[in-house]
Order: sequence, then structure tokens, then C-alpha cells
Amino acid sequence: MKQNKNLMSLQLQVSDFLPASEDEKQGVVVMRESVSFWKDGFRRLRKNKLAMVSLVVIIAIMIFAFIIPSFYPYSYEQQIRGSENLGIMEYSKEELTRIQSGEKIFPHFLGTDSLGRDLMIRIMVGSKISLLVGIVASAIILVIGSTYGAIAGYFGGKVDMMMMRTVDIIYTIPDILIIILLSVTLKFPLQKLADNIQGFAWINTVGVGLISIFIVFSLLYWVGMARIVRSQVLALKEQEYVIAAKALGASDKRIIKKHLLTNSIGTLIVTTTLQIPSSIFTESYLSFLGLGVSAPMPSLGSLASQAIGGITSYPHRLLAPAVMISLIILSFNLLGDGLRDAFDPKLKN
Amino acid sequence: MMSNTLLDIKNLRLSFFTPAGEVKALNDVSISMQEGDVLGIVGESGSGKSVTAYSIMGLTAHPGKIIGGTIDFNGHRINEMSEKQMRKIRGKEVSMIFQDPMTSLNPVYTIGNQIREVIYLHTDLDKQQAYDRSVELLNLVGINDPEKRLKQYPHELSGGMRQRVMIAIALACEPKLLIADEPTTALDVTIQAQIIELMMELKRKINMSIIMITHDLGIVASMCTNIVVMYAGKVVEAGSIDEIFYNPKHEYTKGLLRSIPNIDSPSHERLIPIEGSPVDMLNPPVGCPFAPRCDKCMKICLKRMPEYTKISDTHKSACWMLQKEELERSKGVMK
Amino acid sequence: MSRYIIKRVISAIITLFLVATLTFFLMYLVPGGPFLAEKAPSPQTMKALEEKYGLDQPVGVQYTNYMKRLLKGDLGTSLKMRGQEVNHIIKTRFPISAKLGLCAVILAVSVGLPIGSFAALKRGKFLDRLIMFFSTLGMAVPGFVVATVLMYFFGVKLRVLPTFGLTSPLHYILPVIALAFYPTAYISRLMRSSMLDIIGQDYMRTAKAKGVSQFKSLFKHALRNAILPVVTYLGPMLASILTGSFIVEKVFTIPGLGNQFIGSITDRDYPLIMGTTIFLAFLLITMNVLVDIAYKIIDPRIKME
Repeated sequence: MKQNKNLMSLQLQVSDFLPASEDEKQGVVVMRESVSFWKDGFRRLRKNKLAMVSLVVIIAIMIFAFIIPSFYPYSYEQQIRGSENLGIMEYSKEELTRIQSGEKIFPHFLGTDSLGRDLMIRIMVGSKISLLVGIVASAIILVIGSTYGAIAGYFGGKVDMMMMRTVDIIYTIPDILIIILLSVTLKFPLQKLADNIQGFAWINTVGVGLISIFIVFSLLYWVGMARIVRSQVLALKEQEYVIAAKALGASDKRIIKKHLLTNSIGTLIVTTTLQIPSSIFTESYLSFLGLGVSAPMPSLGSLASQAIGGITSYPHRLLAPAVMISLIILSFNLLGDGLRDAFDPKLKN
Repeated sequence: MMSNTLLDIKNLRLSFFTPAGEVKALNDVSISMQEGDVLGIVGESGSGKSVTAYSIMGLTAHPGKIIGGTIDFNGHRINEMSEKQMRKIRGKEVSMIFQDPMTSLNPVYTIGNQIREVIYLHTDLDKQQAYDRSVELLNLVGINDPEKRLKQYPHELSGGMRQRVMIAIALACEPKLLIADEPTTALDVTIQAQIIELMMELKRKINMSIIMITHDLGIVASMCTNIVVMYAGKVVEAGSIDEIFYNPKHEYTKGLLRSIPNIDSPSHERLIPIEGSPVDMLNPPVGCPFAPRCDKCMKICLKRMPEYTKISDTHKSACWMLQKEELERSKGVMK
Repeated sequence: MSRYIIKRVISAIITLFLVATLTFFLMYLVPGGPFLAEKAPSPQTMKALEEKYGLDQPVGVQYTNYMKRLLKGDLGTSLKMRGQEVNHIIKTRFPISAKLGLCAVILAVSVGLPIGSFAALKRGKFLDRLIMFFSTLGMAVPGFVVATVLMYFFGVKLRVLPTFGLTSPLHYILPVIALAFYPTAYISRLMRSSMLDIIGQDYMRTAKAKGVSQFKSLFKHALRNAILPVVTYLGPMLASILTGSFIVEKVFTIPGLGNQFIGSITDRDYPLIMGTTIFLAFLLITMNVLVDIAYKIIDPRIKME
């Protein structure tokens, strides 16, 4: 009876006990919409403020490095006579008289160096070179590493063992020593190649230093990528859909391209993004040792190392490229971390 | 009453405060068990069965918080105890074994070290006594050559062995209650049977109670005395084993029972899965959580959570179907 | 275990052999051999020098001679510092670098480990964010910038610390900080993520369920597991400190092997470059083998084959 009262007090109606329709049932189900891997990843990336800020910074730096120099009034190698060693926003005497006579002179935002070159444009071009080094080197590493790793992982067995032994050995080579050694020595044969053999003159336009950096990176740094891709492929190979594709008669090439690489693409993007700052880091290191890009072409590393001698009088000359390097590396690192969290949570640790 | 109440959980409410919002993991959960009971808590993943068990140990993981209700265990008001007080109970009065014996033991310490740790924590035994006790425990859980095993690392043992070691650790201080969180899910079927048998044997030997958390109704049938069925953070039905298996009242329980194979049924008969998927705990429905998946769903089910209907002293269930019957019966009486 | 050690040592020998071979042929690529860098020697001197060093012989013979000398531990003679053996230069210069490097290792580990663990325990809190901010930043600033800024700020601006040479303990402070900067940042990040990983492990839950206190479960159960990835970083860390020492020794004018090496590059003193490279490669490869073996000993999970 007590139960009964209870029920009555709930003010139930007979109609409440009619069967609910399918629509009514579905109406209360708040299903989260199912999203694709990419959509979900981008959603997570957009939510990551740090990564988004980094992305904006990277885009800004790209504009600064690649677009602004093309219409900047000074060029990176132009030595303005009489304007040597200007401080921030300073003008030379000659420039001042010209200003007084009503001429408009574009300011030297960061002053000039000891040869009268505008530091601002040199930093822009330096950023461009550093970014190029990072991006091109990473692209080379990506291509070599992922091809090698995918082949080793896919074929497995003896092929894999041989290929990975090679990787193990290259991995244990102290890379920085070999890089220094290669940078020291490669310049000569490259120079010879560019000077003597037709069709290699382009080496001079790119610069021997830059080319040897690329060669060095592509010789040594792909092994990490190869290892990652291989382990991805090994894991994916056992997946049913790959076995199914094989059973349906798909060729090895198709399986590697269509199934294996597409599925490890998240890892590839993340690893490549994180490779860019590491290449820039190494380039700046080499430049500091005088082994980087050849003068007069500036890289951020060479700009900073040139400034070290005059640090007591012109600290901003070191600070500007140093801040730029750190900013580039930091934003790529943060973006890479963000990408990893968004697209490849497995890699997290 | 024949025996004493060992565990009494009343109107327990527990939420996880995640960045996405409050997840109401437990909603008015009441469970009680007597000394000597073997209580099975059944439900699918996310139903709150493990969360309930962890809250008894005072081990609610970080964003989770008890926001209401009480837990009384063996004379302690668990939910009001400090961490320090709780530590004295864990491993001594209530112990726990886990789903994956592969990862539940610390890989860098020997088996012996990990057994002795709990002995040192809760008893005054000296080194030699602790060693003897460890050997005794390993013998108890059926591990051969215990002296050798004590020196080995977890990775040198098989999964079944490790689960036996976990049981040995759990039983080291002869607890009143052993909570087993899906202790056989990660093991081979033959090993599963051995572990279950071992637990039952040990229960008799040291006179403890067991809470068995599982989604395997077969295990429940073979060892439990009572069953609690949970769905979406709520107890939807509770009763003795016979009551649940032979007289299920809630549609979800019925569904669960229909979904297990029966050796007596004709071979062409198909197993009936429960259609649909569990509710989104971030946005729990206002009505009965099972309603959207329920064949017998009524309009009221979507609007309001049903009260418990008491079927016997031990058997209760929360379903509008039962309320409806009750209502009709009382209306018939009134006529 | 012994099989593993043998395998590891053999592969190290192969690597070393490869490095030596590579070094030899790279030097061979330099036109005119090692002497062109010298200011245009007369043809007679050139010939005499070539004869003296056997450079007039075919590549194959030169290579075998070179390898034979290497096996005896003879790294050749410096060109710039006439008559000075590379072995001798290394013997006098290396201890200075080693001392500096050791201090940096100790600093990096003793600061990085606690900071990283602490950040993990305070996950998401202000202090965690602060620590992570600085360690992320620390990994983005090139070593030579760190060294120069430290020197400029403390040595030139504030004038509180010496910036030249290594004559007193005080002299060590700046170079050691500069050297340890990157590894410290790296270790604290590594330790944090490793610790977070371990805290979420099932056996930590087991420890809690046994009634182990938070403090003890951290020190006994978490730390020993969490430290394992840091041990694997020790090898790369030595390489990174070595690389850093080239710069730091140059910036702080420390007469160590790193400074010498950079000097030999600017001077194009090829035998010295070659000798130092091989010595440092030997050092790094040996250290890596030792670290790998140590790791196997610490982590019982790894099957002792």
C-alpha cells in the first residue's frame, strides 16, 4: 500500500505506460557524431592553443623569410658605404644629410654590420636559408628513411635483417663527428665538380656549403626515420586488411603505397615536423664552427657566430639571430608535439 | 540475521570531473553484502562496476570524486577516512587483484620482494618469518618450487602464475574481503578455471568474502552467491544467484542472460545480442538509461528514472514494467 | 648476457672500423692530401713530405699502412704543431675536457631527474607548466647562444664569474652550466613523460592496493622504472655534451680537446682532425656499449640471451 501511494503521488498517467516508438527512443540518445581520423585529429589540433600559436608563428616567419625580402629596399649582400656598424634605427651621416634634403631613406631597423650590410634583411635571408635547410633536409630524410624502412619492414626475414643491421651500424656512428668531417672534406670534390663538369654549375648557385650539409644529413639522419617506419610497417603488416589485400592479389608495390604508407602517414608527418628543428639546430651548430653555408650567404647560425666577436659592443647582433633560431625551433617543436598528440597518440612516450 | 553485514554501500554517487564535463560514473549505487558472501558485480564496460570496487578501497582515481553517499566496511566509514587510515586497511582487511597479471606486478622487483612488501607493511614479522610466510603463501596458491620463484622476476612467470602471485600478495594478511576485478579476463580458458577454483578453495580456507567483478556470467554462475547488475552507473537489479538467473526482472538482465550460450538449447537457436550501444555518460538520459535499447520501452521510461521494486528480501530491481504491474495490481485491488 | 656483450662489442668494432675507413677516404678526397692546406709548399718539400708520409704510394697501400698504425694505437703526427704526436696532444688535452664533461653530466642528471619527476607529480599545475616551459625553451636555444649569453651576462656585464680558462673551481661554473643546459632540459622532459607513464601503470595501482604510502610507492616502485629511459639517453647525452664541448671550450677559451679539435678544423690540420675524430668516435662508441650493457643489467625484463 505504501508503494502504491508512492506511485500515485508521482502523478502517472496511463498513457505513460504505452510503448514508446522507435523515434522517441532515438530522440533521447545523444550520440556523439562519428568523425574521421583526419577530422578528429584536426579538431584536437585546433584545440591545442600552443600548437596553433606555433603554427601562426611559423607562417609569420615564412612570410618574413620568403616574401618580404623580395620587395625589401636593401639586399643581403649590398654593402652600403659609410653605413658600417650602425646601431638599431641609426642612420649614417650621409644618409642623414640626404634625409635633410627631403629624401626618404628606409631605416635600418637592426642597424648594419661591419661591412655596412643591413642586418634586418640579412636576418630575413638567414631565416630563409635556415628554414630551407630544415625543410629540404627533412624532406630528403623522409624520402630515404621511409622508403628504406618500408621495404625492410614489408619484406621482413633476411632482407629486413640485413637492412636493419646496416641501420644499426650507421646509428652507432657518432654523427656529429662525421658531419664535421664530411663538411670539412666534401667541399673540395663538390667545388671541383661544379667548376669542371658541365651540368653541375648549379652547385655554385646553391652553394657548396649548403649542398654538403644536405649530403651529410641524407647520409646519416635517415636511420631514425627508417626505424620508425619499419616498426610501423611491421605492426600494420599483421593487420587483417593487409592480409586481405594480399589474398586478393594486390601487388607488393600497391600494398606498400596504398595500405602501409597511408596508415603510417600520421607518424611520418610528426617525425618530419620534429626533424625540421633538429636539422636547423645542426646547421646553426655547423655554421658556428665555420662549416655551414658559404659567405656571403647568411644563415642564422653564421649570423650569430659572426656577432660573437663583437658581443660587448653590439649584443643585439647576436641576440637577433639567436632569438630567431630559438623561435623557429621552439615553434616547430611545439607544433610537432601538437601534431603528435592530435594524430599519433601512440607515439606519445 | 545469520551473519553480519560486511559491506554496506548506500546511495553512493561518484563523478569524474573531466575537461569535457562531469561524468556521473556512479548514480545512487547501494550494495550490501554479508560476511561469507561471494558477490558478483556484472555489467558492461563503463557501467561503473570497477569504479564501485575501487571506491571501497578508497582508490578513486584523480578526476573522480565521491559526491554523496556512504561506504561502510567492516566497521569503518571508508568515505570519511583519511588516506593514512585507509592505507592500514588496504592489503590487510581488503585486498584486490586485477585484470591483467602481466602488468600488475612491478617488473623491476622480484616476486619475493613484492610479497614481503605487503607483509612488512601490515605485520611485525622479521625477515626470516616474512620469508617463511612468503613460501607458505606461494604453496597456498599452488606454485611449485616457491623458494626459486621468490627470486624470480615477474617476466619469468606465465600469466596464470603471476595471477597466483597476485592472489598470494592479496591474501598475505588474510583479508576479510577480496575484490577481484576481472581476474581471469586476460588468461587462457583453462587457466581461468584454475584461478576460479583456487579462489573458491582459498575462500573456504581463510574464510573471506569475495567481490567478483566480471562481465562473464559463466564465472558468476559458478562461484557467486549474490549478484548486482549494473548499467550506466546504476544498480538496475540485485538479488541472489537463483533469483537473478531464474527470475530476472529487469529487461537488461534478461538481455544479458539471453546473450549467453546455453548447452541445452537447440543447436540452431541463435544467441541474442543486446542491440544498440551504451549511453554517453557525459549526457546521461533523464529516464531509465537502458530505455533506448529496451524492447519493452514505454513513454515513461524515457522521462523518468524508475524506483526500485522489492521482489523479495534480497531481490530488487528498477524497471517501469515492475512499477506498472504493481500499479495495475493495486488498481485492481482498489476496484 | 655474455652473448649479448660479445655481439655488442663486435658491432662496435665494425662501427669503429667503418668510421676509420670513412675518415681515411674523406681525407684522401681532399686534393693534394693533407698538405695543400699548408701555405703552398714548394714542389720539393711537397715531394719530400709525401715520401715521408708515404703519400706517393697507391691508395690501397696507404690504407693498409694507416690501418696498421691505428691498430697499434698510433694516431699520427700533427701538421701544424710540428713533431707533436696526436696521441700526445690528446693525452694532455682530453683530461681537461673529460673533467668538464663529467661535471656537466652530474649537473644535468642531478637537476633533470628531480625536476622532471616533480613536474610529473604536479601534472597540469602551475609548476609543471613552468618547468615544461623552461625545458622546452632550453631545448630550442642553440648551445653557442647559451654559452655566449652566459659569458656576456655573468662575465662581462655583471663581472661576477671568470670567463677565461679553467684555473679555479669558480672557472668551472659557467662552462659547466652551458654544457649541461641542453641535457638538463632534455632529461627533465624525458623524466616527466616517463614518470607520467609509470604512474599510470597497473603495478602502481597494485602498490596502492597493498597499502604502500604515496611517498614510498614513488620512490620504490616508480623511480626505478621511470629512470630506465633516462639510462638509454646517457649515450646520446655524452655525444651531446661532447658536441657542446667544442663550442663551450671555444667560447670560454678552455684548452681542452674540443677547442683543439675546432682549432684543427680552422687550421685544416688533417692528421689531427682525423686522429681526434677516431679517438672521440672510439670514446663514444665504447661509452654507448657500456651504457647498453648497464641498461640490460638494470632492467630485468630484458631476456638475458
